[in-house]
Amino acid sequence: MATDTGTARTDVPPAVDAPPHSRLLAPASKRSFAEHLAWYGDLPATNPSLIGEVERSGLRGKGGARFPTATKLAAVASRRRAVVVANGTEGEPASTKDLVLMSHVPHLVLDGAVVAAEMVGAGEVIFCIKRGSVVQPMLERALAERAASSYDSVVIRIVGAPNRYVSGEESALVNWLNGGDAKPTVVPPRPFERGVDGRPTLVQNVETLADLALISRFGSAWYRSAGTADDPGTTLVTLSGAVARPGVCEVPFGVRIGDVLRVAGADPADLSGVLVGGYFGAWLPASIAADVRIGVDELKRVGGGLGAGIVVAMPARGTCALAELARATRWLADQNAGQCGPCVNGLDAIAGAIAELVAGGAGSGRAETHLARWLGMMEGRGACKHPDGVTRFVASGLRVFSEEVVRHRRHGPCPDSQERILPTPRTGGWR
Amino acid sequence: MSFRLVLNPITCVAHGMCAELFPERITLDDWGYPIIDKRPIPADLEDHARRAVAACPTLALVLERESQ
Repeated sequence: MATDTGTARTDVPPAVDAPPHSRLLAPASKRSFAEHLAWYGDLPATNPSLIGEVERSGLRGKGGARFPTATKLAAVASRRRAVVVANGTEGEPASTKDLVLMSHVPHLVLDGAVVAAEMVGAGEVIFCIKRGSVVQPMLERALAERAASSYDSVVIRIVGAPNRYVSGEESALVNWLNGGDAKPTVVPPRPFERGVDGRPTLVQNVETLADLALISRFGSAWYRSAGTADDPGTTLVTLSGAVARPGVCEVPFGVRIGDVLRVAGADPADLSGVLVGGYFGAWLPASIAADVRIGVDELKRVGGGLGAGIVVAMPARGTCALAELARATRWLADQNAGQCGPCVNGLDAIAGAIAELVAGGAGSGRAETHLARWLGMMEGRGACKHPDGVTRFVASGLRVFSEEVVRHRRHGPCPDSQERILPTPRTGGWR
Repeated sequence: MSFRLVLNPITCVAHGMCAELFPERITLDDWGYPIIDKRPIPADLEDHARRAVAACPTLALVLERESQ
């Protein structure tokens, strides 16, 4: 493990330059507390009116669900003995924005955790990251610096959580913190009602926390000076796939996905599809995606979702999109928590049927019939939204790559040695 | 006052009794797990719903009061 910031940097994916809207991603990293304070200034004292300021800012959670942050804050603040869980587990394989953020401006995220704790009256923050993550030593160093100057009013504890796709879901994280498996539980009760040790628990993504640190310093009017009326502020986006410069950039809400792709060195005309929102999002035809603006409602309108701000570009040539879809769906099916029958059985069957589409030939028609049936019966059937997410990922993929399905039925699978676009990382156990 | 059926998908292990007793609102998927119609239950079907709930061996199915 790297011990100084210079060598650790190489383990972290690059941040794509995207001025002039660098708020979260300061132009250069601010790893030391002195650098951080010099750039962002001191953290003002938190007062009760700050929740109102957050509400006026229009901030929505950056973990993927895009739930209004002020609503969540108020729900926890109205209860006693609250706990804050900072969620930096980043389970979406195509997302590295939390990793980049935490390593680039660790103190901004920690500031946010402190502000959130003060707003809800919590004395403790449990800061969750992926177990074995390269950011652990960076965050610990940052915490030590703050402790040396007695900066924080709350205790922050860093823990390495299990690395599974669904383990970052808030009920799963809480269940694990309570000594169980990192598997989603039936809600209600939601964590804000009964979370860690049965206490009201605020679970917030680390990017949301960094936003809170900025809003507490500069206010809601400043926050709204970027972005759109419906989606104020900026958001981190992770770009990958067929782009010349993959990485993380910060963009104001409202920019076109095509422009973001061009910044990363991709021409939408060279792409067949774009996955927006990661495995919990949806595929869009590249021609449509290019004109869609980054925004929660904008993406909903075209049948997708912004999720955690993931954009994956599928090249029109050189990679079999259908084979990629099959590979990722198998991975997602294997990521089920083994709890709910529809997810355990349905996702496995769906992954099998897509593999049959890839093989093509006689089995293709039957697989298509099965898929139409199975994809239609998964919604809302699990304790968590994993089956819903996979269904949307698969159904949208089959629509966008429908010509591929036909081609495979007639000609069979594409030749091997294709470039892989979709990440399917090795994952660990549930504890 | 109306009720609706709510299933705990974790405790459900596909005995299938519910679909047997209340086919008007519960069907089974290809693996034997119930697909629940989540609309409010009309008064004349309430007895059937209660019977289905009572028959679930894992107590996975409950009747929940509709929040107004």
